[in-house]
Amino acid sequence: MNVTRGFTGRPRVQNTGLPPGQYDAGDDWPVLSAEVTPDLSSADWTFRVDGLVEQPRTWDWDEAHTLPASAYEGDIHCVTSWSKFGVRFAGVSLDAFLAVVRPHGSATHAVAYSHTGYTTNLPLADLTGGRAWIAWEYDGKPLPAEHGGPARLLVPHLYFWKSAKWVAGLTLLDHDEPGFWEQNGYHARGNPWEEQRYSGD
Amino acid sequence: MTETFAPVTRFAVPGRIAVSSRAAAEWQTATLTEVRRETPYASTFRFAVPAWQGHLPGQHLMLRLTAEDGYTAQRHYSIASPPEDSGHIELTLDHVEGGEVSGWFHTVARPGDEVEVRGPLSGFFAWPGDRPALLIGAGSGVVPLMSMVRHHRARGLSVPLRMLVSARSPEELIYARELGAETTPVFTRNSPQGVPVGRMAAAHVAPLLAAQPEGGWEAYVCGSNAFAEHASRLLVEAGQPVDRIRIERFG
Repeated sequence: MNVTRGFTGRPRVQNTGLPPGQYDAGDDWPVLSAEVTPDLSSADWTFRVDGLVEQPRTWDWDEAHTLPASAYEGDIHCVTSWSKFGVRFAGVSLDAFLAVVRPHGSATHAVAYSHTGYTTNLPLADLTGGRAWIAWEYDGKPLPAEHGGPARLLVPHLYFWKSAKWVAGLTLLDHDEPGFWEQNGYHARGNPWEEQRYSGD
Repeated sequence: MTETFAPVTRFAVPGRIAVSSRAAAEWQTATLTEVRRETPYASTFRFAVPAWQGHLPGQHLMLRLTAEDGYTAQRHYSIASPPEDSGHIELTLDHVEGGEVSGWFHTVARPGDEVEVRGPLSGFFAWPGDRPALLIGAGSGVVPLMSMVRHHRARGLSVPLRMLVSARSPEELIYARELGAETTPVFTRNSPQGVPVGRMAAAHVAPLLAAQPEGGWEAYVCGSNAFAEHASRLLVEAGQPVDRIRIERFG
């Protein structure tokens, strides 16, 4: 352990729920995006699931809203080391979309892509079982554009770069395929509790 | 219902630089050798990092402080120094009110202190000096851009480079003494006599896009989220392609 002279840090509270190396951002919700925020209306938004599925399908805004509503209330964690507690998102569980397209047994991974061309890869197991959403509301209001509105992917148990903003679709694959940040040195999976920040962690 | 996917914008630019996963994964000891005040709110911290593998202008690192009871705090910081400054790196940090890490730097740190760093990280915002670069920053957003300017000078590069920086006042303009003919400062609260006060506007961006270098600009925007939104919109409205705008946001 390399102790830093004179560094005490903030007062410690037991069981804070913070993964290793994270701090509580409090009321802040920093915007982390390397691209220009797109001018994307809900009328132009679509969401497609294809690849290794029985029945590829594209939903528009109204069609996606006919699926059963599902909410997430909990914490989110950004690789840049802030975490945010007790956030509330509403949308539809990804399970509802996958039930319609019926993934092949050979599907093991997915690439999520956005309406802007951003990509990120995920094991299919991280997207199923009530652990991932298409989210269009934050704290009871429409998701702001700078945070991925009209709709973003939400995979809160992984670092937040996996929760693709302005999500446009998922392609199911039988192998892992690095996405945008993963090609830029970030970890393939990004589990905050194991501090999988960068390739090699 | 359409079955074809047509993105409304085109972000799908590949990363520019492959990042060494070994360098990114290993913590190294960095020894503070010098502290230089830049403005009333920002200072530059110079470190000796003998095993530093080098970086490209625009890259960042992760820095870690450890308390006696094992508690750690880590933050991402842009690298201010150019790659030519071999074996050393410099960070320029604002003193954030109540900042756990920046507070230590601004009130406790002195030469000889050791911290840990890992990196360089992320190739997306990096500029290797290959294409004409239009740099737009505000406040401490000028830090990664200054690495690019310093690299350009150190190598004597002839590829076009222009920088627009926004600061509240001349006293708060980081690296003021070092800025040269490539830089146009914009002051939002107080300015030297004869220089208008106001936020960055289309009038600052338009002339640079009207006089495009061969191959066009690669735009790099760094600042608070509000500034990044504003500046990237000015660029898009002036005709800069969205897939040639790279943004680093903070705050």
